[in-house]
Amino acid sequence: MRNLTGALLAGLLSTTFVSADPVDDKLVLNEETTLVTRTAAPAHLSGVLDEVMSGWLFRGTETRAMQTDDFDNPGMIFVDKGEDSWNAVEGTEGKSCASCHGGSEDMAGVRPVYPKFNEAAGEVRTLEMQVNDCRETQMGADKWKYTGGSMANMTALLASVSRGMPVNVAIDGPVQSTWDEGKELYYARTGQLELSCANCHEENFGNMIRADHLSQGQINGFPTYRLKNTKLNSVHARFKGCVRDTRAETYKPGSSEFVALELYVASRGNGLSVEGPSVRN
Amino acid sequence: MRILGIAVVVTGLTALTVYAEETAPTAVSFTDGAVVQSLTGVSGDPVKGREIVGSKKMGNCIACHEITDLADVPFHGEIGPMLDGAGDRWTEAELRGIVSNAKMMFEDSLMPSFYRTDGFLRPGNAYTGKAADDTFGPLLGAQQIEDVVAYLSTLKD
Ligand code: HEC
Ligand code: HEC
Repeated sequence: MRNLTGALLAGLLSTTFVSADPVDDKLVLNEETTLVTRTAAPAHLSGVLDEVMSGWLFRGTETRAMQTDDFDNPGMIFVDKGEDSWNAVEGTEGKSCASCHGGSEDMAGVRPVYPKFNEAAGEVRTLEMQVNDCRETQMGADKWKYTGGSMANMTALLASVSRGMPVNVAIDGPVQSTWDEGKELYYARTGQLELSCANCHEENFGNMIRADHLSQGQINGFPTYRLKNTKLNSVHARFKGCVRDTRAETYKPGSSEFVALELYVASRGNGLSVEGPSVRN
Repeated sequence: MRILGIAVVVTGLTALTVYAEETAPTAVSFTDGAVVQSLTGVSGDPVKGREIVGSKKMGNCIACHEITDLADVPFHGEIGPMLDGAGDRWTEAELRGIVSNAKMMFEDSLMPSFYRTDGFLRPGNAYTGKAADDTFGPLLGAQQIEDVVAYLSTLKD
Protein backbone atom coordinates (compact mmCIF):
# COMPACT_ATOMS: atom_id res chain seq x y z
CA MET A 1 0.00 0.00 0.00
CA ARG A 2 2.81 2.41 0.80
CA ASN A 3 4.57 1.35 -2.38
CA LEU A 4 1.41 1.89 -4.33
CA THR A 5 0.98 5.47 -3.12
CA GLY A 6 4.69 5.98 -3.79
CA ALA A 7 4.33 4.88 -7.40
CA LEU A 8 1.22 6.98 -7.85
CA LEU A 9 3.03 9.94 -6.39
CA ALA A 10 6.03 9.51 -8.66
CA GLY A 11 3.75 9.44 -11.69
CA LEU A 12 1.94 12.59 -10.70
CA LEU A 13 5.02 14.49 -9.71
CA SER A 14 6.90 13.88 -12.91
CA THR A 15 4.32 16.08 -14.57
CA THR A 16 4.17 18.68 -11.79
CA PHE A 17 7.85 19.16 -11.03
CA VAL A 18 10.24 19.58 -13.87
CA SER A 19 13.34 19.76 -11.73
CA ALA A 20 12.92 16.79 -9.40
CA ASP A 21 16.09 14.99 -10.46
CA PRO A 22 19.59 16.39 -10.62
CA VAL A 23 20.29 17.69 -14.10
CA ASP A 24 22.43 15.94 -16.63
CA ASP A 25 24.96 18.70 -17.18
CA LYS A 26 28.71 19.26 -17.19
CA LEU A 27 30.44 21.99 -15.21
CA VAL A 28 33.16 23.44 -17.40
CA LEU A 29 34.94 26.34 -15.79
CA ASN A 30 35.98 29.29 -17.99
CA GLU A 31 35.66 27.01 -21.02
CA GLU A 32 38.74 25.07 -19.99
CA THR A 33 38.54 23.06 -16.77
CA THR A 34 35.94 20.29 -16.48
CA LEU A 35 34.99 19.75 -12.85
CA VAL A 36 33.85 16.41 -11.44
CA THR A 37 30.29 17.01 -10.21
CA ARG A 38 29.28 13.34 -10.15
CA THR A 39 31.44 10.37 -9.30
CA ALA A 40 31.42 6.94 -7.68
CA ALA A 41 30.81 7.22 -3.94
CA PRO A 42 33.84 6.68 -1.68
CA ALA A 43 34.18 3.16 -0.22
CA HIS A 44 32.98 4.18 3.24
CA LEU A 45 29.54 4.96 1.74
CA SER A 46 29.06 1.54 0.19
CA GLY A 47 25.53 0.30 0.73
CA VAL A 48 24.43 3.88 1.35
CA LEU A 49 25.11 5.81 -1.86
CA ASP A 50 26.40 4.65 -5.24
CA GLU A 51 27.16 8.06 -6.57
CA VAL A 52 28.03 11.38 -5.00
CA MET A 53 26.88 14.59 -6.62
CA SER A 54 27.70 18.24 -6.27
CA GLY A 55 24.95 20.60 -5.16
CA TRP A 56 25.56 22.39 -8.48
CA LEU A 57 23.55 19.67 -10.28
CA PHE A 58 20.49 20.50 -8.19
CA ARG A 59 20.36 24.19 -8.98
CA GLY A 60 18.49 25.95 -11.78
CA THR A 61 19.90 26.70 -15.22
CA GLU A 62 20.77 30.35 -14.54
CA THR A 63 22.34 29.66 -11.17
CA ARG A 64 24.45 26.90 -12.72
CA ALA A 65 25.53 29.15 -15.56
CA MET A 66 26.80 31.85 -13.18
CA GLN A 67 29.32 29.40 -11.80
CA THR A 68 30.82 28.45 -15.15
CA ASP A 69 32.55 31.76 -15.73
CA ASP A 70 34.64 33.71 -13.24
CA PHE A 71 33.31 36.99 -14.60
CA ASP A 72 29.74 35.90 -13.91
CA ASN A 73 30.42 34.32 -10.52
CA PRO A 74 29.70 36.94 -7.83
CA GLY A 75 31.79 34.87 -5.40
CA MET A 76 34.94 35.84 -7.32
CA ILE A 77 34.69 39.42 -6.05
CA PHE A 78 35.30 38.01 -2.60
CA VAL A 79 38.22 35.96 -3.88
CA ASP A 80 39.81 39.27 -4.93
CA LYS A 81 39.24 40.63 -1.44
CA GLY A 82 40.80 37.45 -0.05
CA GLU A 83 43.82 38.05 -2.29
CA ASP A 84 44.18 41.55 -0.83
CA SER A 85 44.29 40.18 2.69
CA TRP A 86 46.65 37.42 1.58
CA ASN A 87 49.20 40.11 0.77
CA ALA A 88 48.40 42.51 3.61
CA VAL A 89 50.90 42.80 6.45
CA GLU A 90 49.10 42.62 9.79
CA GLY A 91 49.93 41.98 13.42
CA THR A 92 52.96 42.40 15.65
CA GLU A 93 55.29 40.23 13.53
CA GLY A 94 55.07 42.45 10.46
CA LYS A 95 54.04 39.58 8.20
CA SER A 96 51.40 38.74 5.64
CA CYS A 97 50.25 35.27 4.61
CA ALA A 98 52.44 35.72 1.52
CA SER A 99 55.54 36.27 3.70
CA CYS A 100 55.46 32.61 4.70
CA HIS A 101 53.55 30.94 1.88
CA GLY A 102 54.40 32.84 -1.31
CA GLY A 103 51.68 33.39 -3.86
CA SER A 104 48.14 32.28 -3.10
CA GLU A 105 48.30 29.94 -6.10
CA ASP A 106 51.02 28.02 -4.26
CA MET A 107 48.28 26.93 -1.85
CA ALA A 108 46.69 24.73 -4.53
CA GLY A 109 46.11 21.33 -2.95
CA VAL A 110 45.49 22.63 0.56
CA ARG A 111 41.67 22.97 0.48
CA PRO A 112 41.00 19.39 -0.71
CA VAL A 113 42.56 17.74 2.36
CA TYR A 114 40.90 19.87 5.06
CA PRO A 115 39.73 19.25 7.77
CA LYS A 116 42.96 17.44 8.65
CA PHE A 117 44.98 16.41 11.65
CA ASN A 118 47.62 18.81 12.91
CA GLU A 119 50.37 16.76 14.52
CA ALA A 120 51.95 19.53 16.59
CA ALA A 121 48.64 20.67 18.06
CA GLY A 122 47.23 17.15 18.28
CA GLU A 123 43.87 18.27 16.90
CA VAL A 124 41.69 18.08 13.81
CA ARG A 125 41.71 21.47 12.15
CA THR A 126 39.36 23.04 9.66
CA LEU A 127 40.79 25.53 7.19
CA GLU A 128 39.32 28.35 9.29
CA MET A 129 41.09 27.05 12.40
CA GLN A 130 44.38 26.88 10.51
CA VAL A 131 43.99 30.40 9.14
CA ASN A 132 43.31 31.74 12.62
CA ASP A 133 46.25 29.82 14.04
CA CYS A 134 48.53 31.41 11.43
CA ARG A 135 47.12 34.81 12.27
CA GLU A 136 47.64 34.44 16.00
CA THR A 137 50.83 32.40 16.18
CA GLN A 138 52.74 33.46 13.06
CA MET A 139 51.53 37.00 12.49
CA GLY A 140 50.61 38.15 15.98
CA ALA A 141 47.29 39.32 14.55
CA ASP A 142 43.77 38.98 15.94
CA LYS A 143 41.67 35.95 15.10
CA TRP A 144 38.93 36.45 12.55
CA LYS A 145 35.32 35.63 13.38
CA TYR A 146 34.77 32.02 12.33
CA THR A 147 31.94 32.72 9.89
CA GLY A 148 32.76 36.40 9.29
CA GLY A 149 33.43 38.15 5.99
CA SER A 150 37.26 38.28 6.17
CA MET A 151 37.40 34.57 6.92
CA ALA A 152 34.96 33.71 4.14
CA ASN A 153 36.99 35.80 1.67
CA MET A 154 40.12 33.91 2.64
CA THR A 155 38.53 30.46 2.42
CA ALA A 156 37.09 31.48 -0.96
CA LEU A 157 40.58 32.38 -2.16
CA LEU A 158 42.01 29.11 -0.85
CA ALA A 159 39.21 27.10 -2.45
CA SER A 160 39.49 28.93 -5.77
CA VAL A 161 43.15 28.00 -6.29
CA SER A 162 42.24 24.31 -5.78
CA ARG A 163 39.25 24.25 -8.10
CA GLY A 164 39.12 21.05 -10.08
CA MET A 165 41.20 19.10 -7.58
CA PRO A 166 39.41 16.18 -5.93
CA VAL A 167 38.29 16.47 -2.31
CA ASN A 168 40.45 13.99 -0.45
CA VAL A 169 40.16 14.11 3.34
CA ALA A 170 41.61 11.35 5.50
CA ILE A 171 39.13 9.43 7.58
CA ASP A 172 41.36 7.05 9.52
CA GLY A 173 44.43 7.20 11.73
CA PRO A 174 44.40 10.12 14.16
CA VAL A 175 41.19 11.59 12.74
CA GLN A 176 39.12 8.44 13.01
CA SER A 177 37.44 9.17 16.34
CA THR A 178 36.50 12.64 15.09
CA TRP A 179 35.15 11.13 11.89
CA ASP A 180 33.10 8.63 13.93
CA GLU A 181 31.67 11.48 15.98
CA GLY A 182 30.79 13.37 12.81
CA LYS A 183 29.05 10.34 11.40
CA GLU A 184 26.98 9.97 14.54
CA LEU A 185 25.94 13.62 14.29
CA TYR A 186 25.02 13.17 10.63
CA TYR A 187 22.54 10.45 11.49
CA ALA A 188 21.20 12.01 14.72
CA ARG A 189 17.58 13.08 14.39
CA THR A 190 17.59 16.44 16.10
CA GLY A 191 15.03 18.96 17.20
CA GLN A 192 11.29 18.92 17.49
CA LEU A 193 11.02 17.82 13.85
CA GLU A 194 13.41 14.90 14.52
CA LEU A 195 15.23 15.16 11.21
CA SER A 196 18.83 14.17 10.58
CA CYS A 197 21.13 15.33 7.81
CA ALA A 198 20.63 11.87 6.29
CA ASN A 199 16.83 12.17 6.31
CA CYS A 200 17.04 15.11 3.94
CA HIS A 201 20.35 14.74 2.07
CA GLU A 202 20.78 10.96 1.87
CA GLU A 203 17.21 9.62 1.74
CA ASN A 204 15.61 12.52 -0.13
CA PHE A 205 18.12 14.25 -2.39
CA GLY A 206 16.43 15.02 -5.68
CA ASN A 207 13.08 15.52 -3.93
CA MET A 208 11.38 18.81 -3.25
CA ILE A 209 10.83 19.90 0.35
CA ARG A 210 8.30 22.66 -0.13
CA ALA A 211 10.06 25.05 -2.58
CA ASP A 212 13.56 23.65 -2.06
CA HIS A 213 15.18 21.04 -4.26
CA LEU A 214 17.19 18.83 -1.93
CA SER A 215 20.79 18.09 -2.86
CA GLN A 216 23.15 15.67 -1.16
CA GLY A 217 24.32 18.48 1.11
CA GLN A 218 27.91 18.23 -0.12
CA ILE A 219 30.48 20.85 0.90
CA ASN A 220 32.87 20.68 -2.06
CA GLY A 221 31.42 24.00 -3.28
CA PHE A 222 32.08 26.03 -0.13
CA PRO A 223 32.12 28.81 0.58
CA THR A 224 28.94 29.30 -1.45
CA TYR A 225 27.75 32.63 -2.79
CA ARG A 226 24.00 32.54 -2.18
CA LEU A 227 21.66 34.63 -4.28
CA LYS A 228 19.32 34.61 -1.29
CA ASN A 229 21.61 36.60 1.00
CA THR A 230 24.08 37.92 -1.61
CA LYS A 231 27.19 36.97 0.33
CA LEU A 232 29.55 34.11 0.90
CA ASN A 233 28.27 31.41 3.25
CA SER A 234 30.63 29.24 5.21
CA VAL A 235 30.22 25.55 5.93
CA HIS A 236 29.40 25.94 9.62
CA ALA A 237 26.88 28.71 8.93
CA ARG A 238 25.11 26.35 6.53
CA PHE A 239 25.18 23.51 9.08
CA LYS A 240 23.77 25.85 11.68
CA GLY A 241 20.91 26.84 9.38
CA CYS A 242 20.05 23.24 8.57
CA VAL A 243 20.07 22.19 12.25
CA ARG A 244 17.97 25.23 13.18
CA ASP A 245 15.44 24.17 10.56
CA THR A 246 14.83 20.95 12.49
CA ARG A 247 13.64 23.16 15.38
CA ALA A 248 16.71 22.19 17.35
CA GLU A 249 19.19 23.95 19.55
CA THR A 250 22.10 24.35 17.13
CA TYR A 251 25.80 23.85 17.70
CA LYS A 252 28.09 26.85 17.39
CA PRO A 253 30.23 27.56 14.33
CA GLY A 254 33.74 26.38 15.16
CA SER A 255 32.50 23.99 17.87
CA SER A 256 34.07 20.56 18.15
CA GLU A 257 30.75 19.07 17.01
CA PHE A 258 30.69 21.05 13.78
CA VAL A 259 34.38 20.36 13.15
CA ALA A 260 33.62 16.64 13.42
CA LEU A 261 30.54 16.98 11.25
CA GLU A 262 32.53 18.92 8.66
CA LEU A 263 35.15 16.19 8.47
CA TYR A 264 32.48 13.55 7.99
CA VAL A 265 30.48 15.53 5.42
CA ALA A 266 33.68 16.42 3.53
CA SER A 267 34.56 12.72 3.37
CA ARG A 268 31.19 11.96 1.80
CA GLY A 269 32.35 14.18 -1.06
CA ASN A 270 35.78 12.61 -1.51
CA GLY A 271 36.30 12.46 -5.27
CA LEU A 272 34.18 15.50 -6.15
CA SER A 273 36.06 18.55 -7.41
CA VAL A 274 36.66 21.51 -5.16
CA GLU A 275 34.27 24.15 -6.55
CA GLY A 276 34.40 27.07 -4.17
CA PRO A 277 33.28 29.72 -4.36
CA SER A 278 30.18 28.14 -5.87
CA VAL A 279 26.87 29.82 -6.64
CA ARG A 280 23.69 28.63 -4.97
CA ASN A 281 20.22 30.04 -4.49
CA MET B 1 20.98 10.59 24.99
CA ARG B 2 17.38 11.75 24.67
CA ILE B 3 16.17 14.72 26.66
CA LEU B 4 12.92 14.52 28.56
CA GLY B 5 12.79 17.22 31.27
CA ILE B 6 11.39 20.49 29.93
CA ALA B 7 8.75 18.99 27.73
CA VAL B 8 6.92 17.28 30.57
CA VAL B 9 6.53 20.49 32.56
CA VAL B 10 5.10 22.35 29.58
CA THR B 11 2.60 19.64 28.95
CA GLY B 12 1.24 20.22 32.42
CA LEU B 13 0.78 23.90 31.64
CA THR B 14 -1.00 23.39 28.33
CA ALA B 15 -3.42 21.01 29.96
CA LEU B 16 -4.26 23.55 32.64
CA THR B 17 -4.60 26.64 30.48
CA VAL B 18 -6.61 25.30 27.58
CA TYR B 19 -9.47 22.88 27.99
CA ALA B 20 -10.57 20.77 30.89
CA GLU B 21 -11.37 17.69 28.80
CA GLU B 22 -8.41 18.16 26.45
CA THR B 23 -6.06 15.19 26.30
CA ALA B 24 -2.49 16.27 27.09
CA PRO B 25 0.21 15.29 24.56
CA THR B 26 1.69 12.86 27.08
CA ALA B 27 -1.66 11.23 27.80
CA VAL B 28 -2.71 10.28 24.26
CA SER B 29 -3.64 6.62 24.00
CA PHE B 30 -2.64 4.79 20.80
CA THR B 31 -4.09 1.51 19.54
CA ASP B 32 -2.15 0.11 16.58
CA GLY B 33 -1.06 3.63 15.72
CA ALA B 34 -4.60 5.02 15.86
CA VAL B 35 -6.19 7.34 18.42
CA VAL B 36 -9.85 6.52 18.86
CA GLN B 37 -10.83 9.31 21.24
CA SER B 38 -11.09 12.90 20.11
CA LEU B 39 -8.38 14.99 21.78
CA THR B 40 -10.88 17.70 22.70
CA GLY B 41 -14.41 16.32 22.45
CA VAL B 42 -15.14 19.18 20.03
CA SER B 43 -15.50 18.08 16.42
CA GLY B 44 -12.87 19.37 14.02
CA ASP B 45 -13.45 22.13 11.47
CA PRO B 46 -12.28 21.03 7.99
CA VAL B 47 -12.01 24.63 6.75
CA LYS B 48 -9.60 25.53 9.54
CA GLY B 49 -7.87 22.20 8.99
CA ARG B 50 -7.26 23.01 5.33
CA GLU B 51 -5.61 26.28 6.34
CA ILE B 52 -3.40 24.58 8.93
CA VAL B 53 -2.25 21.94 6.43
CA GLY B 54 -1.25 24.58 3.86
CA SER B 55 0.20 27.24 6.15
CA LYS B 56 3.96 27.43 6.58
CA LYS B 57 3.41 28.88 10.05
CA MET B 58 1.16 26.03 11.21
CA GLY B 59 1.16 22.43 9.95
CA ASN B 60 3.19 23.08 6.80
CA CYS B 61 2.20 19.56 5.76
CA ILE B 62 2.67 20.42 2.10
CA ALA B 63 6.37 20.91 2.77
CA CYS B 64 6.43 17.13 2.39
CA HIS B 65 3.07 16.14 0.84
CA GLU B 66 1.28 17.05 -2.36
CA ILE B 67 -2.49 17.65 -2.11
CA THR B 68 -4.47 18.45 -5.26
CA ASP B 69 -7.17 20.22 -3.24
CA LEU B 70 -4.54 22.71 -2.07
CA ALA B 71 -3.25 23.48 -5.58
CA ASP B 72 -3.91 27.19 -4.90
CA VAL B 73 -1.10 27.17 -2.32
CA PRO B 74 2.27 27.08 -4.14
CA PHE B 75 5.06 24.52 -3.68
CA HIS B 76 4.17 21.03 -2.49
CA GLY B 77 6.93 18.70 -1.39
CA GLU B 78 7.68 15.13 -2.40
CA ILE B 79 9.01 13.65 0.82
CA GLY B 80 5.84 11.83 1.87
CA PRO B 81 3.04 10.21 -0.12
CA MET B 82 0.46 12.33 -1.90
CA LEU B 83 -2.51 12.85 0.41
CA ASP B 84 -5.30 12.74 -2.18
CA GLY B 85 -7.65 9.97 -1.06
CA ALA B 86 -6.23 9.87 2.49
CA GLY B 87 -9.81 10.01 3.79
CA ASP B 88 -10.58 6.76 1.92
CA ARG B 89 -7.42 4.97 2.97
CA TRP B 90 -7.57 5.78 6.67
CA THR B 91 -10.27 5.98 9.32
CA GLU B 92 -10.66 9.10 11.42
CA ALA B 93 -8.96 7.35 14.36
CA GLU B 94 -6.02 6.33 12.18
CA LEU B 95 -5.64 9.85 10.81
CA ARG B 96 -5.71 11.23 14.37
CA GLY B 97 -2.95 8.79 15.26
CA ILE B 98 -0.84 9.64 12.19
CA VAL B 99 -1.09 13.39 12.70
CA SER B 100 -0.55 13.22 16.49
CA ASN B 101 2.47 10.95 16.28
CA ALA B 102 3.17 9.29 12.94
CA LYS B 103 5.92 7.20 14.51
CA MET B 104 3.26 5.08 16.22
CA MET B 105 1.83 4.10 12.83
CA PHE B 106 5.02 4.09 10.74
CA GLU B 107 8.13 3.02 12.58
CA ASP B 108 10.94 5.60 12.42
CA SER B 109 8.83 7.74 10.12
CA LEU B 110 10.32 10.92 8.70
CA MET B 111 7.06 12.62 9.52
CA PRO B 112 7.31 14.86 12.60
CA SER B 113 5.08 14.15 15.61
CA PHE B 114 2.65 17.04 15.75
CA TYR B 115 1.18 16.32 19.17
CA ARG B 116 4.06 15.19 21.28
CA THR B 117 6.25 17.09 23.73
CA ASP B 118 8.83 14.67 25.09
CA GLY B 119 11.75 12.55 23.94
CA PHE B 120 13.47 15.05 21.61
CA LEU B 121 17.19 15.40 21.01
CA ARG B 122 18.29 19.03 21.49
CA PRO B 123 14.79 20.50 21.23
CA GLY B 124 14.90 24.14 20.17
CA ASN B 125 12.79 27.23 20.69
CA ALA B 126 10.91 27.10 17.37
CA TYR B 127 13.26 28.15 14.53
CA THR B 128 15.57 30.37 16.57
CA GLY B 129 18.34 27.79 16.97
CA LYS B 130 18.24 28.43 20.72
CA ALA B 131 17.40 25.82 23.33
CA ALA B 132 13.74 25.17 24.11
CA ASP B 133 12.43 27.18 27.06
CA ASP B 134 9.28 26.97 29.12
CA THR B 135 7.14 28.04 26.16
CA PHE B 136 7.84 24.68 24.49
CA GLY B 137 4.63 22.99 23.38
CA PRO B 138 3.43 20.56 20.70
CA LEU B 139 3.70 21.59 17.02
CA LEU B 140 -0.08 21.83 16.83
CA GLY B 141 -2.68 22.28 19.56
CA ALA B 142 -5.27 19.63 20.34
CA GLN B 143 -8.08 21.39 18.48
CA GLN B 144 -5.80 22.05 15.51
CA ILE B 145 -5.12 18.31 15.31
CA GLU B 146 -8.88 17.69 15.29
CA ASP B 147 -9.29 20.30 12.53
CA VAL B 148 -6.56 18.69 10.42
CA VAL B 149 -8.12 15.25 10.90
CA ALA B 150 -11.50 16.63 9.84
CA TYR B 151 -9.90 18.09 6.70
CA LEU B 152 -8.00 14.91 5.81
CA SER B 153 -11.26 12.95 6.16
CA THR B 154 -12.68 15.07 3.32
CA LEU B 155 -9.87 13.99 0.96
CA LYS B 156 -11.75 11.23 -0.91
CA ASP B 157 -11.04 9.95 -4.40
C1 HEC C 1 14.67 19.52 6.83
C2 HEC C 1 15.59 19.21 5.78
C3 HEC C 1 17.07 19.36 6.01
C4 HEC C 1 17.85 18.82 7.00
C5 HEC C 1 17.42 17.95 8.17
C6 HEC C 1 19.21 19.21 6.71
N1 HEC C 1 19.26 19.98 5.59
FE1 HEC C 1 20.93 20.67 4.65
N2 HEC C 1 19.77 21.61 3.26
C7 HEC C 1 18.38 21.57 3.21
C8 HEC C 1 17.93 22.37 2.09
C9 HEC C 1 16.47 22.57 1.68
C10 HEC C 1 19.08 22.89 1.47
C11 HEC C 1 19.15 23.79 0.22
C12 HEC C 1 19.05 22.92 -1.02
C13 HEC C 1 20.18 21.93 -1.10
O1 HEC C 1 21.30 22.28 -1.50
O2 HEC C 1 19.97 20.75 -0.71
C14 HEC C 1 20.22 22.38 2.22
C15 HEC C 1 21.56 22.65 1.89
C16 HEC C 1 22.64 22.10 2.54
C17 HEC C 1 24.01 22.30 2.13
C18 HEC C 1 24.49 23.15 0.96
C19 HEC C 1 24.78 22.30 -0.24
C20 HEC C 1 25.28 23.09 -1.41
O3 HEC C 1 25.71 22.47 -2.39
O4 HEC C 1 25.23 24.31 -1.39
C21 HEC C 1 24.78 21.59 3.01
C22 HEC C 1 26.30 21.50 3.02
C23 HEC C 1 23.89 20.95 3.95
N3 HEC C 1 22.60 21.27 3.64
C24 HEC C 1 24.30 20.12 4.99
C25 HEC C 1 23.44 19.61 5.97
C26 HEC C 1 23.89 18.91 7.15
C27 HEC C 1 25.33 18.58 7.47
C28 HEC C 1 22.77 18.60 7.88
C29 HEC C 1 22.65 18.00 9.25
C30 HEC C 1 23.32 18.69 10.31
C31 HEC C 1 21.63 19.05 7.12
N4 HEC C 1 22.08 19.69 5.99
C32 HEC C 1 20.31 18.87 7.49
C33 HEC C 1 17.56 20.86 4.05
C34 HEC C 1 17.97 20.12 5.15
C1 HEC D 1 9.08 16.02 7.07
C2 HEC D 1 8.10 15.38 6.23
C3 HEC D 1 6.63 15.33 6.59
C4 HEC D 1 5.80 16.32 7.09
C5 HEC D 1 6.17 17.76 7.45
C6 HEC D 1 4.49 15.74 7.18
N1 HEC D 1 4.52 14.44 6.76
FE1 HEC D 1 2.90 13.18 6.62
N2 HEC D 1 4.13 11.66 6.02
C7 HEC D 1 5.49 11.78 5.75
C8 HEC D 1 6.00 10.50 5.30
C9 HEC D 1 7.45 10.20 4.90
C10 HEC D 1 4.90 9.60 5.29
C11 HEC D 1 4.89 8.13 4.90
C12 HEC D 1 4.79 7.26 6.11
C13 HEC D 1 6.12 6.64 6.45
O1 HEC D 1 6.49 5.64 5.87
O2 HEC D 1 6.81 7.20 7.30
C14 HEC D 1 3.75 10.37 5.75
C15 HEC D 1 2.45 9.86 5.84
C16 HEC D 1 1.31 10.60 6.07
C17 HEC D 1 -0.05 10.10 5.98
C18 HEC D 1 -0.47 8.74 5.51
C19 HEC D 1 -0.21 8.72 4.01
C20 HEC D 1 -1.25 8.08 3.13
O3 HEC D 1 -1.92 8.83 2.43
O4 HEC D 1 -1.34 6.87 3.11
C21 HEC D 1 -0.87 11.15 6.29
C22 HEC D 1 -2.39 11.13 6.31
C23 HEC D 1 -0.03 12.28 6.58
N3 HEC D 1 1.29 11.92 6.43
C24 HEC D 1 -0.50 13.53 6.93
C25 HEC D 1 0.31 14.63 7.26
C26 HEC D 1 -0.19 15.88 7.79
C27 HEC D 1 -1.65 16.20 7.98
C28 HEC D 1 0.89 16.67 8.05
C29 HEC D 1 0.96 18.03 8.71
C30 HEC D 1 0.17 18.29 9.86
C31 HEC D 1 2.06 15.93 7.62
N4 HEC D 1 1.67 14.70 7.16
C32 HEC D 1 3.37 16.43 7.66
C33 HEC D 1 6.25 12.92 5.89
C34 HEC D 1 5.80 14.15 6.39
